[in-house]
Amino acid sequence: MALTKLNNISVEDVTSIPVTLGDMTLVSSTTASSSASITFTLADYKEYQFYFVNIHAATSGAEYQFNLSIDSGSNYNVAKTSTAFESYHMEDDSGSGLVYQGNADLAQGTGDQQLFRNLNTANDCSYSGSLKLFNPSSDTFVKHYIARGNGFNTTPLSDDFNVAGYANTTSAVDRIIFRMSSGNIDAGKILMYGIN
Amino acid sequence: MALIKHNNNSISNVTSFAQIPSGTPILISTQTASGSASISFTGIDSTYDVYQFEFINIHPATNSAYFQVNLSIDNGSNYNVTKTTTYFHAYHNEAGDDSALEYDAARDLAQSTSYQDISYQTGNDNDQSASGTLQLFNPSSTTFVKHFITNINSYSDVSGTDYTINTYVGGYGNTTSAVDAIQFKMSSGNIDAGIIKMYGIK
Repeated sequence: MALTKLNNISVEDVTSIPVTLGDMTLVSSTTASSSASITFTLADYKEYQFYFVNIHAATSGAEYQFNLSIDSGSNYNVAKTSTAFESYHMEDDSGSGLVYQGNADLAQGTGDQQLFRNLNTANDCSYSGSLKLFNPSSDTFVKHYIARGNGFNTTPLSDDFNVAGYANTTSAVDRIIFRMSSGNIDAGKILMYGIN
Repeated sequence: MALIKHNNNSISNVTSFAQIPSGTPILISTQTASGSASISFTGIDSTYDVYQFEFINIHPATNSAYFQVNLSIDNGSNYNVTKTTTYFHAYHNEAGDDSALEYDAARDLAQSTSYQDISYQTGNDNDQSASGTLQLFNPSSTTFVKHFITNINSYSDVSGTDYTINTYVGGYGNTTSAVDAIQFKMSSGNIDAGIIKMYGIK
């Protein structure tokens, strides 16, 4: 039987494997359980992708949101300028539309950035989506982010919520926090991937 | 020099490497359309939190057809899960005299079991197709409805005029039963050609 070598002299010396693995690395994964907040430490990946799986609020009507820190989590208050829009459709077909959401954008605001508004707390309702954060460790550029997800509003409708903006700092961003505007994150899973 | 084995009898039989991060998105399946009435992926389970589908050059046999999706809770016997969705797109024609961002209430669903359009009037000229992605979240949950979001760009033929149309669909399969299969097809005619890849993320 022939020995299949992997581009290197011996198996001991293998430094790369010629199969498709993608360039995303799972850095961390956290499951909420009545959590006041969930934080992640950021390093020097060029891009981070967060996946939100069935984020369930404890308090009806709460906003799911995030903020950033440049001081290892002592403060989450980086200034941000952002846009927000949503596409919605009522289950009873009584209303639908694509609207700019001026209640969720920021203009150099240091408060939390909303990712979704008016979460429904029924057992089968939640928010799922993703957030991309680009090059947070840069000391040259502001820190761009793009988020999109679908959630179940307090009124029975499907809500496709889109947010994009930048943290207006050239300091390295080293922490990110996810939390509700009111009450806990009752349940849900957040996956953090790093991309270089 | 000692040979380091990787849990298997020989290198040629290696099926996994313990030192590789397990969180890397995994390519589960690839299907290539060739005059296909539909393409289905069955056996979706709780292994992954997110299933991500990549659509590469989906080419319809019938001009101006819509690429569509539906879900199943009985491993593909029926694709008829109730869905509530939104649908909007940005479009621009090649002549540069027609463009907009608009919600399309004719393409969304309100508690409907119908197939969901996820492209807009994709053309069937040789160089026309649709490409993009769909993310399906936690389909095996028996607690939550099943959220999904799509973004597909199409080279479209709208009444004989060529457009680029960037379509965004979001919604949920309104069921707490586990979704275990997904199907893609055209609104009319076959999927003449194209590749669909299913990735798992956890």
